[in-house]
Amino acid sequence: MSNILTISPSPHFKDKPTVKSLMFGVLTALIPAFCVSLYVFGIGTLLTTVFSVVFCVAFEWLITKYMLNRQPTITDGSAILTGVLLAFNLPSDINPGIILVGALVAIGIGKMTFGGLGNNLFNPALVGRVFLLISFPKQMTTWPIPQQPYFDAMTGATPLVLIKDEYRNAGVQAVDDKMNFMDMFLGIEGGSLGEIAAIALIIGGAYMIWKKIITWHIPTAIIATVLIFSGLLWLIDSSTFVNPLFHILNGGLLLGAIFMATDYVTSPMSNPGKIVYGVGIGLLTVIIRIWGSYPEGMSFAILIMNAVVPLINRGFKPVRFGATQTK
Amino acid sequence: MNLKFKTFTIGGVHPDDKKITAASPIQTLPLPQIAVIPCAMHIGAPAEIIVKRGDKVKVGQIIATAKGFVSANIHSSVSGTVKSIGPAPDASGYTKQAVTITVEGDEWADGIDTSPDIRYDFDNIEQQEIIKRVTENGIVGMGGATFPTNVKLSVPLGKKAEAVLINGVECEPYLTADHRVMLEHSEEMLIGVKLLMKAVNVEKAYIGIEANKQDAIEKLITLCPKFPGITVVPLKLKYPQGSEKHLIKAILNREVPSGRLPIDAGAVVQNAGTAYAVYQAVMKNKPLIERVVTVTGDSVKNPGNFLVRIGTPIQNLIDAVGGIPENTGKIISGGPMMGKAITTTEIPVAKGTSGVLMLPESIAHRKTAEPCIRCGKCVDACPMGLEPYLLSAYSKKQNFEQAELNHIADCIECGCCVFSCPSNRPILDFVRFGKQNVLRIIRSRKN
Amino acid sequence: MNSVIAISIITLGGIAGLAAIILYVVSRKFKVEEDPRIDEVNEILPGANCGGCGYAGCRNFAEACVKDMTGKFCNVGGADVMNQVAKIVGAEVSAPDPLLAVVRCGGSKACRPKTNNYEGAETCAIVSGIYGGQTGCSFGCLGLGDCEKVCKFDAIHINPETGLPEINDEKCTACGACVKTCPKHIIELRKKAPKFRKVYVSCQNQDKGATAKKACSAACIGCGKCVKACAFEAITLENNLAYIDSQKCKMCRKCVEQCPTGALKEENFPPRKPKEPATAPQTASSTEKPQNQQPTA
Repeated sequence: MSNILTISPSPHFKDKPTVKSLMFGVLTALIPAFCVSLYVFGIGTLLTTVFSVVFCVAFEWLITKYMLNRQPTITDGSAILTGVLLAFNLPSDINPGIILVGALVAIGIGKMTFGGLGNNLFNPALVGRVFLLISFPKQMTTWPIPQQPYFDAMTGATPLVLIKDEYRNAGVQAVDDKMNFMDMFLGIEGGSLGEIAAIALIIGGAYMIWKKIITWHIPTAIIATVLIFSGLLWLIDSSTFVNPLFHILNGGLLLGAIFMATDYVTSPMSNPGKIVYGVGIGLLTVIIRIWGSYPEGMSFAILIMNAVVPLINRGFKPVRFGATQTK
Repeated sequence: MNLKFKTFTIGGVHPDDKKITAASPIQTLPLPQIAVIPCAMHIGAPAEIIVKRGDKVKVGQIIATAKGFVSANIHSSVSGTVKSIGPAPDASGYTKQAVTITVEGDEWADGIDTSPDIRYDFDNIEQQEIIKRVTENGIVGMGGATFPTNVKLSVPLGKKAEAVLINGVECEPYLTADHRVMLEHSEEMLIGVKLLMKAVNVEKAYIGIEANKQDAIEKLITLCPKFPGITVVPLKLKYPQGSEKHLIKAILNREVPSGRLPIDAGAVVQNAGTAYAVYQAVMKNKPLIERVVTVTGDSVKNPGNFLVRIGTPIQNLIDAVGGIPENTGKIISGGPMMGKAITTTEIPVAKGTSGVLMLPESIAHRKTAEPCIRCGKCVDACPMGLEPYLLSAYSKKQNFEQAELNHIADCIECGCCVFSCPSNRPILDFVRFGKQNVLRIIRSRKN
Repeated sequence: MNSVIAISIITLGGIAGLAAIILYVVSRKFKVEEDPRIDEVNEILPGANCGGCGYAGCRNFAEACVKDMTGKFCNVGGADVMNQVAKIVGAEVSAPDPLLAVVRCGGSKACRPKTNNYEGAETCAIVSGIYGGQTGCSFGCLGLGDCEKVCKFDAIHINPETGLPEINDEKCTACGACVKTCPKHIIELRKKAPKFRKVYVSCQNQDKGATAKKACSAACIGCGKCVKACAFEAITLENNLAYIDSQKCKMCRKCVEQCPTGALKEENFPPRKPKEPATAPQTASSTEKPQNQQPTA
């Protein structure tokens, strides 16, 4: 024998995916949405995304290296992903200084305080986004109007803000008239840069399910819950409540359901748990959107459910083999 | 042929099946010069040696007798002189009691039918006679668990077997020993199945075979009408379908209750190789002294399936396929999912050695473990519906109480969790450690 | 305005009074009578909760001591602590001989070549459950440091050069945690001699001489020379392995001179003075001899 044999406990085979490949898989799935955003908002999309990614990776590197004295972990792609997701939740013309603050909060407070990848309780990108939303409400809620040049763009409100405001003045019918579902589906609307194009997000989600990066449970549970809950309200009183399709296609719902809520670290482990988690997010989102003071409820709903995940993990165990017949 | 494929429902993974040797016929390996026959080749108490140093033994002569209920007789696989009796290294690197025999000629003990003719007169043999011959001839499960077959055939009082399930799944990648036996000794195996059905007094038998063994499925389906009661059930490719519990789920759609045995679901599961061995033991009075071993690996020169005497050093098998390839980093006894990595090739082939696999350096090493990202892939993959990440953490902290509450004892150590983990975490290492301790605690509580 | 203040004071005062009464009643009713000596004893104990005494923690030990002192001893605190405890409890100390943990494996990296390379969870407990270890010797130290992790007194460390644990005699309290943890049972609590002097067989290998020697050059080959050399019948030979009873050993070191492989070790003795030129060649020749004699061993 030429060399010393290796001994390790079984199994001796390993499936291909690694943390890195999964992270880059999610990034790949974000490409369609990014492209639509690039088309709609132009150069602003690119600049915001690049700033966000660079800031996130830089903070992760600085914190691991100088504060935790650990081997930097930026190569696993998770910081890049946090950066992209944070950018997707920002208006495309936002001041880079605000992105810097968001990245620091996302990586510094949302992730590294808990011990880095795998230990954080809350989705880092959402922690960053919500922090910015509360600190810079004006900048965070004025979105550029589609297809304007970056530097002197006009700003406008999103459909969700519109219904919050208009509905108080003119009633829901006025809003309904203004909406064009096809535009929402294709992404020709105002909004944060990654959340506008429903079709692109759905393509990304399908890709991730096909590649077995995520399972169908969480997105399906969220979307179905929103559809059923807002649909019921709409059936009860269609003059007060808007069309359920409007809720699905608008705002960060699809981005949240497909990319933010499915974040590995902060979502439940078992399939029954994932469904409970998805239903919770769906309910909270609709409640916040309709009765809350914020037009958008997705980020808050996900963060609230993130906090419940440890409990869900304890309460909702996977279906055990041979468990049914013991009782 | 139009086939409907079945499978089990919870978890499971799809490793690359790599059946390189599926088309290589079984070759007979020449006799070794020295055979080392371990006394603990089965689950349960090691057999008690009854020969002395210097004794002359014949092929098939009993050299160690079963000690206790769960144990098995051991026979000499060669003829010659007992060179020594004493500890010899086995696959685990520990030394265990063994009989070393210097081979002289090939003289068989009396009463063993060595002719190649197939004997069909299985109807005349009484149920008790079948179990007696299986016991005497030291038959154990050939799939790897090596549970004494006679114990499985003795259905406990108050329980009733409804069907015999034959495990022709061979879900481990690379291994093809059972596949070749089913193909080359189809009729003998089917007679063995009939004998097993008679032994546990049932009318039905199902042979579960995975879809990657199309030729065996077709051959057995055409032969089945000759043996009433036997049905071939084609199964989808999915690991670990060869686990008893999952085979029962796949074929009968019944779940063995947690902590119970297959018989509680009315099934007696036997490996295809075991059925063939039962045929030989009952019809030919031939003890379990040889078995088919797959010797394979991606860079092995002439991989193949070999009929080899128990006690032959694994080195002889490796020489037969052209030696250890230059780039070998790990040698495994068994398959890549549940087999044991071995430290030396001097160890003998035992009753449960189903394969020798030489893995190249490039995949022999574990990758560095990264932090758990809680992706839940281990939970999805676990065929027992457990939470490997949690059990692993509890075991690491030696919190065996919580591990037990989370059903660590149900773990079948199939390795799906480690296989699917993107962070390369040694989940099963800890779970296995925890399971050993929990089982020990449970046992001590009973006593 | 005044009435508001008055109402506030009365309400809050009333609540406070009521709460005080409830608390008083409850504390009276559920008062637990506890021997005050338990607290005193607990104060004196080292407080490491190492479990070396056989109780879950120091407080449990204190409770046990107050009940009955016989046979109880805290190795960590030693005689000083136990004398104070005895004073409080008012009983005699039943002090056993002071003990010291000793590592009984001399298979350093230099004399025990690696035969395979382990990759997996890095704990001795798991490795020992899977196979014999990374060297040819399946009895010796696995070198993954479970003992180091379990020691609460920073007294045991794996020496990266030899790959073996080394015990800091000053820090070792003989709590026995490492002894319990080691899956190969190579650590033993032995009688503590003055100046930490030790004479012991640093090997656990029960293989036959030739096999043992092949796996590790420092293995005990079971030749039995030490048994003959010992005038106090302190050495026994069982399963090809010598063992020195530390209770009987008089530390004469005659056996150490006889050992052909160096498995017998002496530690913390002053260097040998007189027969310096005589012993050196003798040990050299004796390393060769036993190899011929192995069959008889």
